[in-house]
Amino acid sequence: MSTVFKPVRPAAMPLRFATPIGGVAGTSFKPEHLPAILEGGPRRGFFEVHAENYMGAGGPPHRALETIRRDHPLSLHGVCMSIGGPRPLDKAHLARFRSLVARYQPALVSEHLAWSTHETSFFNDLLPLPYTEATLACVCDHIDQVQEAIRRPLLLENPSTYVAFRESSMRETDFIRAIAERTGCGLLLDVNNVFVSATNQGYAALDYLADFPLSRVGEIHLAGHAEQADDEGDLLLIDSHDGPVADAVWKLYEIVVRRRGAVPTLIEWDSKIPDWPVLQAEAAAAQAILDRHQSTAMAGDRHAA
Amino acid sequence: MLPESGLSFAASFAPALLDPARSTPDVVTGPSGKAANRRYDVYRNNVTVSLIDALAAIYPAVQRITGTDFFRAMARFHVRSDPPTSPLLFEYGRDFPEFIAQYEHARTMPWLADVARIERAWLDAYHATDAVPLSPARLSAVTAGRLADLVFIPHPAARCLRSDYAAVTIFAANRDDAPVMRIDASTPEDALITRGEFDVTVRRLPPGGAVFADHLMSGRPLGEAAAAALEAASEFDIAASIAGLIEAGAFTSLCCGDPS
Repeated sequence: MSTVFKPVRPAAMPLRFATPIGGVAGTSFKPEHLPAILEGGPRRGFFEVHAENYMGAGGPPHRALETIRRDHPLSLHGVCMSIGGPRPLDKAHLARFRSLVARYQPALVSEHLAWSTHETSFFNDLLPLPYTEATLACVCDHIDQVQEAIRRPLLLENPSTYVAFRESSMRETDFIRAIAERTGCGLLLDVNNVFVSATNQGYAALDYLADFPLSRVGEIHLAGHAEQADDEGDLLLIDSHDGPVADAVWKLYEIVVRRRGAVPTLIEWDSKIPDWPVLQAEAAAAQAILDRHQSTAMAGDRHAA
Repeated sequence: MLPESGLSFAASFAPALLDPARSTPDVVTGPSGKAANRRYDVYRNNVTVSLIDALAAIYPAVQRITGTDFFRAMARFHVRSDPPTSPLLFEYGRDFPEFIAQYEHARTMPWLADVARIERAWLDAYHATDAVPLSPARLSAVTAGRLADLVFIPHPAARCLRSDYAAVTIFAANRDDAPVMRIDASTPEDALITRGEFDVTVRRLPPGGAVFADHLMSGRPLGEAAAAALEAASEFDIAASIAGLIEAGAFTSLCCGDPS
């Protein structure tokens, strides 16, 4: 009997901390906002940080994160694990990631379907991969290692892409569904990435969402994008995270929430960072949509389990 | 080691990211037969710009001194020749001060590399392991006869740098947006970088102070450090200097005799 294929895991590992944060909107945590956040006192909502920014030994970054974590749920978002790359995972980086999870007990832990390191170079960008049986097996192996290290399911984020690989033999949604089924991981659905990739790759965002395994989605990302042109002069969208969420992305988001129910939703803003009230207002807009659909959240969760 | 079959995409995709002379990898395409040149350029741009931004964030005083265009051109050369090897960007740019020292267009600013060394040390101090600085009361409690044998344990954030130029003054004047007065760059200055209870501070050490601090931070006893400092600068003030180092948070503890 062939043992080439990985056995399909029966179900996701249970969360160590059974405190789902539910249909709450959150924001990226930027240290320059700390005084304004503290002045406002504890509030509904969660904060998401890039794990790598807190992988130093000590000092002000950890002091700020401890302060934020005292009163708010935290989402730990890894950017540099290179889960989508062909090389073995960096064991030292995995150990750092595991200790951050242990130290800060985040409500959500996520990483990207992408890679950023090759040979000895770190490129500091979320680079794309072809969707084939070979890359699928490699990605699943990497996610198994991460989930074993952090002892809980990881949420894997769909990418924004600008090119396609000639060798790809699977659609992105089929690739992501297969990952979730084989590894038991959850999914982080970045609705802006869906809109950006759909525009850049010439398919309909609604078709992508119809194919996406929404029952696996444990977090949603919303962000702004920028516009450029491709070689033919057609619109090419850039996942820039430097402005408000576009109207079209808000519409897609409401469709997703209506189908999936209310799940934690992050407003991502990483460049040209605005004052805290601007970011807060964007999160309030997401919260208003979530609140309209809170009752469907339970049905969605039962379906996911 | 050759990648497993079907996993060569990264080896095809990566080399042109930081090399504008290479063409778009032929493993990628646009949809429906569209070209992928401007599409691939998005990745080239993301990589190069974000790494230049990382250097600008680590070296803000250097960027203010040189101006943004000069800095970004210089940083682009460095990013292309020495990309990061760690996914932790706050570890990046350790070779940048030496690159600046060799950079042809920066030769009129011979102190620029030392300013960069202070900025790099500032960031290392910022991320260093937390530790409670030594209380000045601990030194007061030591009897006079045992002072010469005292050995100090350095704080993980403490660093000492020496410069043939006024690097500390130039650094301090350019870390914010305040107007810069005329500085005589030819005065040699040594820097003590520490993180006391909260924030990183950079102090200028008196003559002999760097020799003194270097000796103590490498575990040499107080008497030996003082003798070396006095040899370097006859006016060296031992009492004021040890009090200053402790007050700055350079140490976490002290002990009598060899700590081993």
